[in-house]
Amino acid sequence: MSGVWVFLENKEGKIATGSREAVSAARTVADGLGQELTGLVFGEGVSGVADAAFDLGVDAVLGADDATLGHFRVEAVGPLVTKLAQEHNPSVILASASSRGRDLAAWVAADLDAGLVSDGVDVAVDGDKVKVTRPVYAGKLLSDVFATSSTQVITLRNRAFPQAEPTGKSGSATWVDAAVSEDAIPTKIVGFEGKEGTVSLTDASIIVSGGRGVGGPEGFAPVKELADTLGGALGASRAAVDAGWIPYEHQVGQTGKVVSPDLYIAAGISGAIQHQAGMRTSKIIVAINKDADAPIFKLAQYGIVGDLFKVLPALTAEFKKRL
Amino acid sequence: MKVVVSIKQTPSTTAVLTVNGGVVSWDDPGGKPNVLNPWDEYTVEEGVRLKENHGATDVIALTVGPEESQDALKTSLAMGCTEAILVSDPALQGLDSLGTARTLAAAINKMGDVQVAIFGRQAIDGDTGQTPVQVARKLGWTPLTFVSAIKEIGGGKITVERLLDDGKETVTTSLPVVISTVKEINEPRYPSLMGIRKANRAEIPVWSAADLGLADGAGSSNVDWSNVYAIPPRGGSVQMIEGDSVEAQAKTLADKLFEEKVI
Repeated sequence: MSGVWVFLENKEGKIATGSREAVSAARTVADGLGQELTGLVFGEGVSGVADAAFDLGVDAVLGADDATLGHFRVEAVGPLVTKLAQEHNPSVILASASSRGRDLAAWVAADLDAGLVSDGVDVAVDGDKVKVTRPVYAGKLLSDVFATSSTQVITLRNRAFPQAEPTGKSGSATWVDAAVSEDAIPTKIVGFEGKEGTVSLTDASIIVSGGRGVGGPEGFAPVKELADTLGGALGASRAAVDAGWIPYEHQVGQTGKVVSPDLYIAAGISGAIQHQAGMRTSKIIVAINKDADAPIFKLAQYGIVGDLFKVLPALTAEFKKRL
Repeated sequence: MKVVVSIKQTPSTTAVLTVNGGVVSWDDPGGKPNVLNPWDEYTVEEGVRLKENHGATDVIALTVGPEESQDALKTSLAMGCTEAILVSDPALQGLDSLGTARTLAAAINKMGDVQVAIFGRQAIDGDTGQTPVQVARKLGWTPLTFVSAIKEIGGGKITVERLLDDGKETVTTSLPVVISTVKEINEPRYPSLMGIRKANRAEIPVWSAADLGLADGAGSSNVDWSNVYAIPPRGGSVQMIEGDSVEAQAKTLADKLFEEKVI
């Protein structure tokens, strides 16, 4: 068993942000184990992606360029990674815990009968094993987890690791054929509607969220204005979503998105334990609330006790001056 | 058409958790420490809708867990599932996602002729979200994860909309399938009073590892997660931003955030 593999999700010739983060985590693992780091590049017309992978510092690239791999389907990519793993016996396979990365990791671990550890927020090498720290019980507790199988499969949570930086390195990839032909893939993609121009919550470095205190759908206007001014994403507490003031896709918390931005501004959010579970790993938390006893202030570095309808516009005006 | 809804009983979202020597225990000030996993409410609802709108004949709630998981199965029955089955065996304690998948796949095979197995996106205790795909692999069925709508089902085919990180994908595939659901898929109903009464009287069959034909060692795990601990508290206390006006407060806060280099 040797070698550390990292799956490089790509779209339109670019390596996904989550995968760039996975490369830096995988580099830590590879160096700790004293093994080579290989990037996995699959898609259609992906020779440029292989070059980009070398630039991010991987030692080798295993790639496949085929029409069946053009739009990610786990039924095409899963069998290919399983086959390659059976041929090369890597000790560790890492992927970002994106929707596609999760599907792939679960598929490959099942077929290799390998231990799978998902949503790592920290990795460290301990002997010949990787210790993965991951949140459990909806982020209320942490766990240090080891896969005890000979191949360890690990997914990594977005924004938990820095993105790998360009190194200027280059190399030549090893190209292999697809494992499954189109006829043998039952699933056909009949439509895709991309989310354009919006910052996704899990990728955002700044999030401004509103809760019960915004009072209604219109109350999100000043929250959104501050988010837009800062180039951030718009979040919400479950109370605001359940009240129907804002769509569910904005919900941060135990039954919503788990986020980890550099800056999280909570306006009119009391900070119920379920909300905390979704945002407590943010680097800096700012709380704005009328109630000085709100639990959110126990989590925040900075707090303003006041009316969000006055404080948010004042902040927006201030940042407009300075950005 | 036979449908399985695979569920789990978990601590409630308001449960207060305590860890002692890696062992997690919990209590709920609200008095209901264990609930049907919140993500699974959507699972059960979608199963029941397949019965109401698409002619599913059986909607079978399935879980693997301790004896007390019957409560979550009863909630599923009260919401409209036609049957419930508990897989419970001391030999199956502490399963990892793959061990759980193997067990659930064996139970689904034993039921026979199942066309759709529906799961929640994850359970709020282990939080792995990996079981549905692994069950699909063990069954040799197609996995369809993060499903936000079942558009069409019938004639051996299914078309669903999936909610991915970067957009909505619509796919068509052949039955049987394993589905994992997201919250957008439906609005779960509350169990009816009559449903609750009926569920309370239900006798839930319990299947053991031997009933499923699982070999010795089916309870073995490839993952060691024995070290569970409380999250270290966030350092430092809150600094309250005061000022003569909101404009002054905004300016002070902006200064701080620029200093912190988060903007």
